[in-house]
Amino acid sequence: MLTTIAIFLDGLNFAAWLFLASAGLTMIYGVMRILNIAHGSFYAFGAYTAATFVGLYSATDSPPALVYLLLFLAAITVGVILGLIIERGFLRFMYKSDEVLMVLVTYAMFLILEDATKLIWGVDPYFAFQPYSYLGLIEVFGLPYQIYDLALIALAAICGFSLWWGMNKTRMGKLLLVVIEDREISAGLGINVALIFTITFIIGATLGALGGAVTAPKISVNPGLGVEVIVMAFAVVVIGGLGSIEGAMVGSIIVGFARAASVHLLPEVELFAIYGVMALVLAIKPYGLFARAEGRKI
Amino acid sequence: MTFKNFDLTEKSLAISLPLLIIVGLLVPDWIQFFMQVSMASGLVALGVMIQARAGLVSFGQGLYFCIGGYAAGMAGHFWGISDAFLLLLFGFLSALLLAALIGILLSRYREIFFAMLSLALSMILYGILVKAEVLGSTDGFNLPKTTFLGWAPEGAMWSKAVYVFTCVPTIIIAMLLHRYLRSPMGFIGEAIRENELRVEYLGTSAKRAVHIKYVIAAAVSGIGGVLAAMAVGHVDPEMTYWTTSGQFVFVVLLSGTGNIVAPLIGTFLLEILRIYAVEISPNTWQMILGSVMLIIIIFLPKGLWSLIALIKKKIGDKHE
Repeated sequence: MLTTIAIFLDGLNFAAWLFLASAGLTMIYGVMRILNIAHGSFYAFGAYTAATFVGLYSATDSPPALVYLLLFLAAITVGVILGLIIERGFLRFMYKSDEVLMVLVTYAMFLILEDATKLIWGVDPYFAFQPYSYLGLIEVFGLPYQIYDLALIALAAICGFSLWWGMNKTRMGKLLLVVIEDREISAGLGINVALIFTITFIIGATLGALGGAVTAPKISVNPGLGVEVIVMAFAVVVIGGLGSIEGAMVGSIIVGFARAASVHLLPEVELFAIYGVMALVLAIKPYGLFARAEGRKI
Repeated sequence: MTFKNFDLTEKSLAISLPLLIIVGLLVPDWIQFFMQVSMASGLVALGVMIQARAGLVSFGQGLYFCIGGYAAGMAGHFWGISDAFLLLLFGFLSALLLAALIGILLSRYREIFFAMLSLALSMILYGILVKAEVLGSTDGFNLPKTTFLGWAPEGAMWSKAVYVFTCVPTIIIAMLLHRYLRSPMGFIGEAIRENELRVEYLGTSAKRAVHIKYVIAAAVSGIGGVLAAMAVGHVDPEMTYWTTSGQFVFVVLLSGTGNIVAPLIGTFLLEILRIYAVEISPNTWQMILGSVMLIIIIFLPKGLWSLIALIKKKIGDKHE
């Protein structure tokens, strides 16, 4: 019984983490048709910045509650600065190239940013456990569980809902959907496509950085953080269908539970379980669960 | 197939084989080792390159690099097989069979999906290997010293023998692949890149052509894996990590797909760059890789090999 609860909670918790890490990736792809490998770097930068902020703040003896705001502040700082530099500085000159080439471009940026984290923060691990330990434990059906982890689940749900609401219920979101449908016609209708791209990229980057920032208190922040997360995030968005926010949500839940189940029942196959699920989904739906059918070009 | 029928590329490859062997045996050991490793990973780059001809970017070629290496390693480690020819055959067959199987799934996909799924597949193997304690998990394991049809050389003689054993298959494979790319089956790849639907209108199966290409690329990479494992004497899961595959893609991007020799030279250049970069500033190696990659994509989208075509054209213009 305890194992079942543990699988359930860990599954949700892991799904929340995956969603935060992959929502930005799938959103950027959906709007801009760029599969952004540098998303892993946003995550890493978010984690490092959050760890630095928390470290500085904790040294000042201030009230601990405000430390959670710093996590968000770190994510926004990274998202806006890095997002602007990368989108305005590089990507906008290459929008005409094909999708595979853009993967290589963002891969190159990922490599550059990987070493940039080493140059800025060094190779020693950073710790920012204060926000994690401050909330303490709560008993869920007899199983002691970190409140921070439960809060992450709520955060992911809020992010998911806001994205859905923003896309479907606001003026900005509707414009976004038009741009997704057809870039050229929406430009012809007077929509500022360049601005929408920049905004999308910054939001996506901020989400990636937020994923890193809220994870930072749970782990030791090391170099190589972004590499691990990007490969997982790919599995999630491929299962859900590239470019679909709902897909990312369902994909993270599937992968999250698959991993939680394997961690508790068969720890040897942990990584295998994630990709095994992916292979299974793709064998049935070759382009993911929420992908739209596309015609073949002649 | 006589020397007369060879075209320029095949002639230069045929001439380069004895040259490579002589130069390799004369230079200091560390340069010889470095040439040997470049050739082994150059074969994997060739695998990536022939797929790139069809517009397919394989972000997981490390999978077969690793399969080849581990197949040879396990045969040596567990069954005590140390014969180089047998190991080569074993690695080749393992990669071939696995690719034939995976190709059924992968040949349905193109572009980003092909790239990302090949990446995911290589990470599955990584996931399995790091958890496999029998195989030394993240540390991998060592290979016994290779022998050649019962001949077991020692010390310096051994490294020379392995070096020659690396040169010969590399050059032969390069020549065969060159023939393949100029065969109807090879040209279909380029047609698929341009317009797949029209290829099918013309009455051939694009899926089958991609499958065959995928298997060939995998078999070649498997051989590269065996040769690398022999050279280093050690295999570990890092061989199938996606950043390793990324470097093969980098090589192909750097050198271009213009000629079969290009990725081999590209690998040499990369290894030279790596030796100096790691010495000068170890923490910025990836940054250098990334910057070079961006510069190539922006200014030389067809790779360094396109420079040669450009020079040829310039010279041609002058003569007119």
